Amino acid sequence: MSGYILEMNEISKSFTGVKALSNVNFKVRKGEIHCLIGENGAGKSTLMKVLSGVYPYGTYEGDIVFEGSVQQFNKISDSVQTGIVIIYQELALFPDLTVYENIFVGNEVKRGNLVDWNKTIAEAKKMLKRVGLDVSPETLVKDLSVGKQQLVEIAKALSKDVKLLILDEPTAALNEDDSENLLKLLGELKKQGITSIMISHKLKEVISIADQATVLRDGKTICTLDGSSGEISENMIIKNMVGRDIEDIYPKRPHKKIGETILELNNWSAYSTELARHVLRDIDFHVKKGEIVGIAGLMGSGRTELALSVFGNPKNYKLEGQLKVLGVEKTFKHTSDAIKSGIAYVTEDRKGDGLFLIQDIKNNITAANLNAVADKGIINENEEVKRATEYKRSMYIKASSLEQTVGNLSGGNQQKVSLGKWLFVGPKLLILDEPTRGIDVGAKFEIYTIMNQLISEGMSIIMISSELGEVLGMSDRVYVMAEGRMKGELPIEEANQENIMQLATQ
Amino acid sequence: MGFINEARTLVKENIRDYGMYIALFVIMLTFSIMTDGLFMSSRNISNLLDSTGYIAVLAVGMTLVIVIRHIDLSVGFAAGFLGAIAAILLTKMGLPVYVTIPVILVLGIFIGLFNGLLIAKYAIPSFVATLAGMLIFRGALLQVTEKTGTIIIKDDAFNAIGNGFIPSLMIVNGLHLLSLILGLLSILFYIYSEISTRRNKIKYQFDVVSKGIFTFKLVFVSAIIAYVTWILAGYNGFSWTVVIMLLVVVAYHFLTTKTVLGRHIYAVGSNPEAAHLSGINVNKITYMVFGSMGMLAALSGILFTSRLQSATTTAGTLFELDAIAAAYVGGVSSAGGVGKVTGAIIGAIVMASLSSGMNLLGVGVSMQYMIRGGVLVAAVLFDVITRKKRG
Repeated sequence: MSGYILEMNEISKSFTGVKALSNVNFKVRKGEIHCLIGENGAGKSTLMKVLSGVYPYGTYEGDIVFEGSVQQFNKISDSVQTGIVIIYQELALFPDLTVYENIFVGNEVKRGNLVDWNKTIAEAKKMLKRVGLDVSPETLVKDLSVGKQQLVEIAKALSKDVKLLILDEPTAALNEDDSENLLKLLGELKKQGITSIMISHKLKEVISIADQATVLRDGKTICTLDGSSGEISENMIIKNMVGRDIEDIYPKRPHKKIGETILELNNWSAYSTELARHVLRDIDFHVKKGEIVGIAGLMGSGRTELALSVFGNPKNYKLEGQLKVLGVEKTFKHTSDAIKSGIAYVTEDRKGDGLFLIQDIKNNITAANLNAVADKGIINENEEVKRATEYKRSMYIKASSLEQTVGNLSGGNQQKVSLGKWLFVGPKLLILDEPTRGIDVGAKFEIYTIMNQLISEGMSIIMISSELGEVLGMSDRVYVMAEGRMKGELPIEEANQENIMQLATQ
Repeated sequence: MGFINEARTLVKENIRDYGMYIALFVIMLTFSIMTDGLFMSSRNISNLLDSTGYIAVLAVGMTLVIVIRHIDLSVGFAAGFLGAIAAILLTKMGLPVYVTIPVILVLGIFIGLFNGLLIAKYAIPSFVATLAGMLIFRGALLQVTEKTGTIIIKDDAFNAIGNGFIPSLMIVNGLHLLSLILGLLSILFYIYSEISTRRNKIKYQFDVVSKGIFTFKLVFVSAIIAYVTWILAGYNGFSWTVVIMLLVVVAYHFLTTKTVLGRHIYAVGSNPEAAHLSGINVNKITYMVFGSMGMLAALSGILFTSRLQSATTTAGTLFELDAIAAAYVGGVSSAGGVGKVTGAIIGAIVMASLSSGMNLLGVGVSMQYMIRGGVLVAAVLFDVITRKKRG
């Protein structure tokens, strides 16, 4: 542990008057794994963009010292040449190209002016071995799981002689197995002398892997915690992140009032013609009024497919079995039928298929139920603004006005808009798919609070989540899925991490 | 002081919307100066608007098609073909005008729905589906006019659509009285609707612009309506083409800004998957937008055929591209979800003004094409830059 490989000194950066970073100090020792933590909007991404040259030298104040010399990056390729590579949460791979093409894209192995494909493939094999990925370099990237794609990204970074590897929430989209693999790999790379910076919201990971952890809040460095002296603990991190102690991340509900069965599935199966296989098989499932039902399982276990098959079947699966809403058998031809029956679905991919990013908050909130503010098909805009304002307030959406474009909001606020849009429909049953993915602790707490409030008002919630802590902390009952089947149902008193994982990996 | 600052921030925030109007104003002013006022003469403006009509209605429909991330290349020859069918119905079959026009409009809707079916149900890219339509209608137009060549229409009522003017009732000081009355009514309606919107907003305690700015806007817009009315009244008054064009704009503007259907169209344009998951029937919206496009193509065919008083073998050539250009000058975005109907009309008028002005100046056709191309690029560039700035 000799000296620092990277020192960012007194970095400040403003956007049209708003200070995103003020006098941030961030020091990374050579050969360590350093975690960067903070709520959304704390300035982590901005800091990494300054480091990688996305914001060129001169647009920020302060110094970047890398391996002892001050760096002046004008573009991303400058930082890459120096040995700093960032892997973003949204992977930058070409799905229709092969693994070896992806690894060497922009960094082609040449003989003269032509690409030497044989050597490329040979080199790619070496890189894949280093990251422990056992696939043929000729596989198309789109045929790999997200976890393996992530490894391809790392292989790509290694091919560029990386000295400092920066990972932006690398495990956000991974299941527990893949996450563990990835963390192990980071340990391996550390032995090979590669320094890593990891941005993460998952505190357990941080605790298990970090040599040091720096916490940012409101664009300022709050502290740097040292792993060797045992300073990195959940309590310490949360306290520094939010600037207050959170007694319990999962707020308690005062009392449960469980009522009649809202939704019931019997022998429910779904066949996808696109994938030419069953995505769901023989599912028995029910939700009662006033309860939160958690659905745990690994990625690809069929949880989202289950939600979609119930919510008007937008993927056109061939469905079999029985679906009952309040005891009456139903067939939904379109999502609008499901909505009419009182079901709402908050998607896991809020940017992809949840929100209208170029539209404002108001239009997003009212999108699924415009008729509530319209008379004979004509919108009463004043009424619309009034209603949307109420939701903005009750969802704690932080924005300067209702006219703000949703694409410019932080992840947590986008999720609240998404939630608000569905509450505006007034559903009886709310299906939340990964409700807190990629959002910070503060916003998480607010969303849990909203969920509890909805339950106390008599709504029912199905919560699909990959975070076991969340499943255990929020649910009244837990279902576990694997390979399109319901593997088990656990009352919350009996559920724990071990038995859930055991069912999920059966 | 406060007034100027408020005005400045308003312009800054709405630069994209105002940019088009400013561009139109600059173009008109430049041509007026260069032609010693001939450009703004009653006769020229009247002609200019009449010759824009058949492109403007297409541009309105095209804007919505582009908003939902599609394109329709078939509208030009569909308009030509439907115009020829109209001519045949009127001359060979001897049908009266009041039967012919609805029949043609309904035919247009069917053509549009068929395009919509290929695109929505069978997922054929709209570029390909409507390119096929373009070839088919071009062939169909040649087929129906093959034996006769140009079909001359002698029906006065039909020809009036593209050439006639609304009756004047009486001429006052050389001005067209009914047009003046219509102009006055639109000003009153405009002022009334603005004031009632403002009252409503105040009732709900929303922010409104200050009284000064509000009055200024009322006076400014009223003055423009009055000026245009005055110019047109000095020639033959409002033509039927202008009246039809205005009706289309008002109807579509209302549809797109005030109705649930309109909001759904923009929702589908900004994110089709999210729209589907919000319970919006994306296919139905696609049918409706293409159906409306077909109807407007039929209307365009009627306007053009009537203006020429005949159906020709080449009618409709390149209309679709003129309409697409007008829509883009009017601020539509191919990424979907962005674009206004009023923009499309302004875009069409900008393009027509360029042609008209350059004709008056005696600029050659070759230069005209190049200049119009340049303006198209400049308009879209302006759009892209201002959008980036606002993030």
